[in-house]
Amino acid sequence: MELGLEVSERNGTTVLSVRGEVDVYTAPRLREKLVELVSEGRYNLVVDLEAVDFLDSTGLGVLVGGLKRLRSHDGDLSLVCTQHRILKVFEITGLTKVFAIHDSVDAAVAS
Amino acid sequence: MATWAITAFIELEIPARAEFVGLVRLVVSSLASARRSLADDRIDDLKLAVSEACTNAIEAHAEVDVDERVLVRCREDEDRLEVSVEDRGPGFDPHELPEHPPVTDPERLNFERGLGIPLIRTLVDEVRFDPSEQGTAVHLVMYCGPADLDLFDDVY
Repeated sequence: MELGLEVSERNGTTVLSVRGEVDVYTAPRLREKLVELVSEGRYNLVVDLEAVDFLDSTGLGVLVGGLKRLRSHDGDLSLVCTQHRILKVFEITGLTKVFAIHDSVDAAVAS
Repeated sequence: MATWAITAFIELEIPARAEFVGLVRLVVSSLASARRSLADDRIDDLKLAVSEACTNAIEAHAEVDVDERVLVRCREDEDRLEVSVEDRGPGFDPHELPEHPPVTDPERLNFERGLGIPLIRTLVDEVRFDPSEQGTAVHLVMYCGPADLDLFDDVY
């Protein structure tokens, strides 16, 4: 199963673009990448979920863990997502109130 | 077209390993799409619920280190699609799940797990947990209109 993780910089903010399916099999790779970025001192992250086809509670858990880690460094993790089926998972679990979710990477970086 | 004397029944046995959950999703969503009476967003709901149930099953096996398979049964009836996921784990009480702090509480970030079962409950029309000493069976049901199973016409 494919999970794409691509890191880029946009106006001093680190953008992690995730592609494919995030589940119990692939979520550990996402966790490792988030840990790696934090250990490099990148404390303001935007995670772009626009190319994600599937995200389950394991993926949500990894994002919650990432946010916690960044907050402990006075940083933040915001999300980019406009796909209804992915947003729905955040809505059901109430996590739309925990994460700032933006319509585009530009909007996330500007906030 | 065939009348509904037949119930389509598919069984899938997977090793209790994370890399097989994607395969189960694929089978269940293909079956649900073939039925053509379940809207795409409901197929997504079923896919996610099945994925959560399989994840729990695999984690339950890992917890007690059993090397047995997880059994997934899909059963189509005239008005419903039922998927059961059976594990050989230690079992659990679905009513005794730990509660998360409210999402507005900073403590909420200390909980990365425990979202699977609340998700399942929201996504499907009916859910039943049957824990026993042999393991747990989770039954997920989606109500839908009569199936339009042209793909079985050649067979029957």
